[in-house]
Amino acid sequence: MSSSNDIITLSHGAGGKAMRDLIDDLFVKGFANETLAALEDQARFDLSTICSAGKQLAMTTDSYVVDPLFFPGGDIGKLAVCGTVNDLAVGGAIPLYLSCGMIIEEGLPLETLRQVVLSMKTTADQAGIQIVTGDTKVVHKGAADKLFINTTGIGVIPAGIDIQAQRAKPGDAILINGFIGDHGAAIADARGELSLESNIQSDCQPLNDLIAQMLNTCPDIHCLRDATRGGLATVLNEFAEASQTCMSIDEKRLPVRAAVRGFCEILGLDPLYLANEGKLVAIVPAAAAETLLAIMRQHPAGKDSVCIGEVTQAPQGHMLLKTAFGGERLVDMLVGDQLPRIC
Amino acid sequence: MKYVDEFRDPAKAKAILNEIQSLLTKTAIVKQRPLQIMEFCGGHTHTIFRYGIEKLLPETIEMVHGPGCPVCVLPRGRVDDALSLAERDNVIFTTFGDAMRVPGSQKSLLQAKADGADIRMVYSPLDALNLARKHPDKQVIFFALGFETTMPSTALTILQAEKQAIENFSLFCNHITTAPTIKAILDEPDMILDGFLAPGHVSMVIGKQPFEFIAEHYHKPIVITGFEPLDILQSIWMVVQQISAQRSTVENQYARVAKASGNLPGLQAIQQVYELDASSELRGLGKLDHSGVKIRDDYQQFDAEKKFALTKHAASDPAETCCGDVIKGLMRPWQCHAFGNSCKPETPLGALMVSSEGACAAYYNFGNVNELLARRQKDTVNS
Amino acid sequence: MCLGIPGQIIEIIDADNMLAKVDIGGVTRSVNIACIVNDQDDLSDYLNDWVLVHVGFAMSRIDENEAQKTLALLQELGEMQQEMDAMQSMEPQS
Repeated sequence: MSSSNDIITLSHGAGGKAMRDLIDDLFVKGFANETLAALEDQARFDLSTICSAGKQLAMTTDSYVVDPLFFPGGDIGKLAVCGTVNDLAVGGAIPLYLSCGMIIEEGLPLETLRQVVLSMKTTADQAGIQIVTGDTKVVHKGAADKLFINTTGIGVIPAGIDIQAQRAKPGDAILINGFIGDHGAAIADARGELSLESNIQSDCQPLNDLIAQMLNTCPDIHCLRDATRGGLATVLNEFAEASQTCMSIDEKRLPVRAAVRGFCEILGLDPLYLANEGKLVAIVPAAAAETLLAIMRQHPAGKDSVCIGEVTQAPQGHMLLKTAFGGERLVDMLVGDQLPRIC
Repeated sequence: MKYVDEFRDPAKAKAILNEIQSLLTKTAIVKQRPLQIMEFCGGHTHTIFRYGIEKLLPETIEMVHGPGCPVCVLPRGRVDDALSLAERDNVIFTTFGDAMRVPGSQKSLLQAKADGADIRMVYSPLDALNLARKHPDKQVIFFALGFETTMPSTALTILQAEKQAIENFSLFCNHITTAPTIKAILDEPDMILDGFLAPGHVSMVIGKQPFEFIAEHYHKPIVITGFEPLDILQSIWMVVQQISAQRSTVENQYARVAKASGNLPGLQAIQQVYELDASSELRGLGKLDHSGVKIRDDYQQFDAEKKFALTKHAASDPAETCCGDVIKGLMRPWQCHAFGNSCKPETPLGALMVSSEGACAAYYNFGNVNELLARRQKDTVNS
Repeated sequence: MCLGIPGQIIEIIDADNMLAKVDIGGVTRSVNIACIVNDQDDLSDYLNDWVLVHVGFAMSRIDENEAQKTLALLQELGEMQQEMDAMQSMEPQS
C-alpha cells in the first residue's frame, strides 16, 4: 500500500513546501553538518583556514548514473562520495567538502533515497569530509533512470606534492593496492542479464587516507590515478602517453580474484578493462617501492598491494604486457564498452 | 582453474618451441620460404594474439589467419536484415555480444539500440527463450550465429520452445558449416598452405571424419586443436612433424574434449531442426554450396525470416576495404589501406575490425600499430 | 563461435529440462546437459563431472585420462629438454 508519502513526486522538486520538507527531513538531517544546516544558497568557508592547509586548491566533479542503484559491496551513494573523494586524493589533495546534486525520477521510493543518503553520510564520515551544499530536481517518469547524482569536491594540496601523469620515468615501479576487476564484475553480475551467480563484491572505498600515508612515506610519488571506467589498462595507457614512456606489466603479478577470473573466462572479458572503484595505480621511484608497499599493506585499503611492473623506454606511449605464457603483447585503451563474446 | 591453468604453463612452452625449431632445420620447404600454417578458427586467432604466440615462434613459421570467425564472414546485407527485424515494434531482439558492433549499411545493432530498438545481449539462447516466457506480449527473436559448435544449442532451444509451446520465440538463422569453408580456402589458386589447425570445438560436435578430405584429397596435415596456448603450440609441433615426415593425416590434439565420433545428441538435434541450405554467401568467399543451414519446415514457426516475411538486403562492403582478401588470408590486415586510417576499432568499416577474433582487430589491438603502418609504407615504396 | 570453458557439475536443478548448476572458477550458472547424458542414466550420476560449457550448454565430458596423457607428454618433453640443456652445459668447449 503506497501513499503519496512513500514516493518522490514532481512536487518534491517544485521549490515549494514539499521540497523544503524533503530537504530538511532527508538531506539536512542525513548529512548532519552546520554548513548545510544553515541552508543558505551557498556554503561558505574561511579562506585563511584553507590556505594554511596547503598550497593549491583542488576541485573535481563527477556524475553517477550506475544501474542497479544497489549492488554487492555498495550503492550509488557510496560511489558518489568515493569517486569524487578519490579524484581529489589522487592529486595529493586532502579532500574537504562535497556538493551533492540529485536528479530524481518521479516515482522513486522515498525509502530508496533515504538509504542512499545514509550511505553517503557513512562514507563521508569514513573519508573525513562533509557534504555542505546541494540541489534537488525531480523529473518526469522516463526522463531519468531512477536517480542520478553529481558530486563536486574541493580539497587542498599541501606544498611539496607534484603528482602529474607526465612525470613517469624509465625505472619507476608501478604499484597497485589490490585486486582488479571486482567492481566491473559485481555490476555486470548484479544486472542479472547474464544469469551468472557469484559472491563478487564491488571494491568501492575511499582512498584518501591510504594516499595520505603513502605521501607521508614518499612525498615524491610521480603519478597517481584511480583505475575506474576503462580499467587498469586505460589508466596505464594514459600514463604512457602523457609521459611518452612504456608501462611494462608482468601478467603473472596482476592480482585478480579467482571468481573474477572465472567470470571473465566464461564471458571472454579481460580483467584489465573492468572498472574498479577503490583501486589506485602509483608510479613511484624504484628505490621507494618496497617501503611504500610495506606501508600500503598495513592499511585496510591496501592489504593486497603489489608491484605489477615497471616503466621502461619503449615502445613509447604504450602499455606492454608480458604474458604469463612468456609472450608479449601491447594492450591498448578500451574502445567503447567491453562486450561479452562467445567466440 | 582446472583444465585451463595446466595448459598455460610457460615452462612446457619452451620445450615445445625447441622441438619445433630443431624439426624445422630438417624440413626441406623452409629453405625456400617460411611454413604457412592456417589456424582456421577465430578462437585460435584470439589465443595466438592474447598470449603473444606468433612472436615466440621461429621466423620460419607464419600463422595464416583463417575465415573461421562467423561474425567476420557474415555478409553486410545480413546485418541489415537483422536490423530490420530488431527495429520492428514489439520485438525484443537478442544476440551474442560479438555481433553488437558489426556495421551494417547504415548502422550497427549497438547504434540501433541507442536509437531505441529493444536489443539485448544474452550469453545463451536459453536466456532468450526465458525472455520469451517472461514477456508473452512481445516477440523475442534470437540472432543465431556460429559454425557447428553452436548449432546444437540453438537447435535444442527450438526443441524446448516446441515442447513448452512457447509461440513468441523465433530464430534468425545464420549458422554456417566448416568443411565447405575450408574447401573454398584450399581451392583458392593463390593460396599457399602447408598445414591446418582444425577448430577444436567444431570437432567436439562433428567429430574427426569431416576433416579427412583435407588430408586425403588435398594432402595437407591437419590437427584438431584445443584453445589454450600449450594446445596451439603442441598442434603446431604435430603439424611440423607431419610436414617433416611428408605425411598428411587428421590428428587430434584435443582428445580431452573432442572425441573422434563427435557429440551424438548434439548431431541428432542439429539433424532434427536444420537442413543444409543449397548455398550461402560468405564474405570473401562468395556463394558456397551447402555452407549454411536453414530451419526445416517442421519448425518453420520458429523461423524469424518466415514469421516476419523478411525482405532480404544485399549490400557490399565499402570500396576502400579489403575484408574478403584478409579473411581468406591472402592479405595481411595492415596491407589494407583503410587499416589504421578510416578503419579503426572506434570507427570500424568492416566486421574484422570489431570482432574480438577478427584479424584486423587483433593486429590493431595487440600489435604495434605504428610499426605496422611503417611496414606498409615500406612495402608500398618497395613494390 | 568457440569460447568454451571447463566447469564442474555441482547440482541438478531441473531434471525434466536437463538443467544442472555448473561451477566455473567460483562463478555458477545453470547449464543444459542434454548433450552429455545417456537417456537411461539418473542425472545425479553426473554430479562432480567436469564438462566443457559453451553458451549455456555442456557439450563434452572432459576426459581426465586424455588430459593427463597430453600433460604427461608435455612434461616428458620438458624433462628431456632439461637433460639436454644440462648435458650441453657440461660438454667441454671445443
